[in-house]
Amino acid sequence: MTTHVPHPDLPPPSTSIGAIAWLRANLFSSWLNSLLTLGAAYLLYLTIPPLVQWALIDADWFGDSREACESGGACWVFVGVRMNQFMYGLYPETEYWRINLAAILLVLLMVPLFIKRFPWKRWLVPFVLFGYPVIAFMLFSGGVFGLEYVETSRWGGLTLTLILSSVGMAASLPLGILLALGRRSDMPIVKSVSVVIIEFWRGVPLITVLFMSSVMLPLFLPEGTHFDKLLRAMIGIALFQSAYMAEVVRSGLQAIPKGQYEAAQALGLSYWQSMGLIILPQALKLVIPGIVNTFIALFKDTTLVLIIGLFDMLAMIQAALADPNWLGYAIEGLSFAALVYWVFCFSMSRYSLSLERKLHTGHTR
Amino acid sequence: MSDANTSRPDVDASERLMIELRHVHKWYGQFHVLKDINLGVSKGERIVICGPSGSGKSTMIRCINRLEEHQDGQIIVDGTELTDDIKHIDQIRREVGMVFQHFNLFPHLTVLENCCLAPIWVRRMPRREAEQVAMQYLEKVKIPEQARKYPGQLSGGQQQRVAIARSLCMNPSIMLFDEPTSALDPEMIKEVLDTMVELAESGMTMLCVTHEMGFAKTVANRVIFMDGGEIIEQNEPEAFFHNPQSDRTKLFLSQILAH
Ligand SMILES: Nc1ncnc2c1ncn2[C@@H]1O[C@H](COP(=O)(O)OP(=O)(O)O)[C@@H](O)[C@H]1O
Ligand SMILES: [Mg+2]
Repeated sequence: MTTHVPHPDLPPPSTSIGAIAWLRANLFSSWLNSLLTLGAAYLLYLTIPPLVQWALIDADWFGDSREACESGGACWVFVGVRMNQFMYGLYPETEYWRINLAAILLVLLMVPLFIKRFPWKRWLVPFVLFGYPVIAFMLFSGGVFGLEYVETSRWGGLTLTLILSSVGMAASLPLGILLALGRRSDMPIVKSVSVVIIEFWRGVPLITVLFMSSVMLPLFLPEGTHFDKLLRAMIGIALFQSAYMAEVVRSGLQAIPKGQYEAAQALGLSYWQSMGLIILPQALKLVIPGIVNTFIALFKDTTLVLIIGLFDMLAMIQAALADPNWLGYAIEGLSFAALVYWVFCFSMSRYSLSLERKLHTGHTR
Repeated sequence: MSDANTSRPDVDASERLMIELRHVHKWYGQFHVLKDINLGVSKGERIVICGPSGSGKSTMIRCINRLEEHQDGQIIVDGTELTDDIKHIDQIRREVGMVFQHFNLFPHLTVLENCCLAPIWVRRMPRREAEQVAMQYLEKVKIPEQARKYPGQLSGGQQQRVAIARSLCMNPSIMLFDEPTSALDPEMIKEVLDTMVELAESGMTMLCVTHEMGFAKTVANRVIFMDGGEIIEQNEPEAFFHNPQSDRTKLFLSQILAH
């Protein structure tokens, strides 16, 4: 009789770890891979140094007129001089603090949401969703508590971009969920209404929606009805994006096995309970990438409000480019726009990844 | 609820039926799945239902808690008739627990949350009390130490025991089992069957679709054989296994007991 002696755990061979091994495995694993690696390195060599030279090394950073830009590199002075308008649009300069205050308040409210064991989370989320917008609106618009009234047509710049996109996101997700549930409903009327709404709003370009809302809608409304242009744009964007959101959510709902619905039913949960507690939490988790994708598209689509005369950040930059004192700095202006949009979109994308990881609870159903 | 549904003149009160199916028919489109099913289950009875695949066993027990709708006949559960009335359906679902072949645990909730969910939301039980009840049943199925884990981190046998505990937390008077062990690896079948045996010993009214004939012999009061949407034969286990009446039953038993 022999007794079994378990084999001891050995360290991995040194050739399979470390930088050299990584390079060999990932960049030079075959001759084709090596060729691609070298080609890519050459392309980077051609593009990166001149870009860095222009954007950073030769660039002019300080000054207050175009005379400061003589070195031949990027003229960031232009962006610096116009920065306030890019951020706040045509908002009165003396009232900038109101926007800053609203921004700081939002950050302060959001920070605890990222703290794992914050005790009042349950109250904070509804407050951020429903209470904060009211406060922010009062701050932006004024007319109360002795604040000077600022009409919405003067709201602009990055502020307007952020207002439009956060309202769009906050409205399109719940609306989209309702439309998706409606589309899967057993009730024929609910179902057909949802299908019609989704297909209508998905079928028209956003630019048409915005144009109609600002040009055609007033024709149908009784004479003299004042219906804020910004509000119309918000409604247009929210309805348009919720149609997309509905389809994203529906794809998640379809991926949930029938057994989950049945288990919820068998336990006696009502329709809304099973949706809210069992089905949606799982379905939404599955489609986080799709939801964030829609949010990112929405964020960038807000630039279209330019055509109905609202001045978001991109519109303010374009206006600045037309300034006779600053002709010829389009590349700087548009690069700045690209950078800002990229930072926001990339953050959303990273946040969605971390959220997916956090909500992961094992592999099998 | 009117008592007219429940008390039959020929049955005395102690034999009140928990479940009664009278001339139940069901169709999937043109396909006649359940054909004139008549079945009475008294309190505390343990019934095993067997029969070839596709014979309508699942459909029949799923009609009892309205996961499927029957189209003709009557189904009466603990005095309440199943109709389109959502109140009746809710009441019956609160009385009837169900365990599925594929467990159907909620993967985004911990074991404890799986168990507490329905008591809290359906029975309106305070969370703390619901958690105590849940722990009690998790102890009963012998996995209290897994309470904080997610279903995806448990073995199949453990998941099925959680599913049983989850149903029991609603304090049902009837339990339905639809092939609770057929998705399990062989070494895990026993732990689930042991749990079911214990449940049977506690006096629970049980309907089990299963092909575990050992379980049927030791636990069941009655074995029902279904084929082609009909109840072909029903008898006490002893008589059912040793003296089957119909040819179809004999054939089925010879196939299932052959190995
Ligand atoms: N949703 C459904 N639609 C159409 N046919 C179905 C459906 N569910 C089950 N069936 C059919 O009904 C018959 C009985 O199914 P089932 O009750 O699951 O059988 P068992 O559980 O005895 O294997 C099978 O032939 C099956 O194909
Ligand atoms: Mg079945």
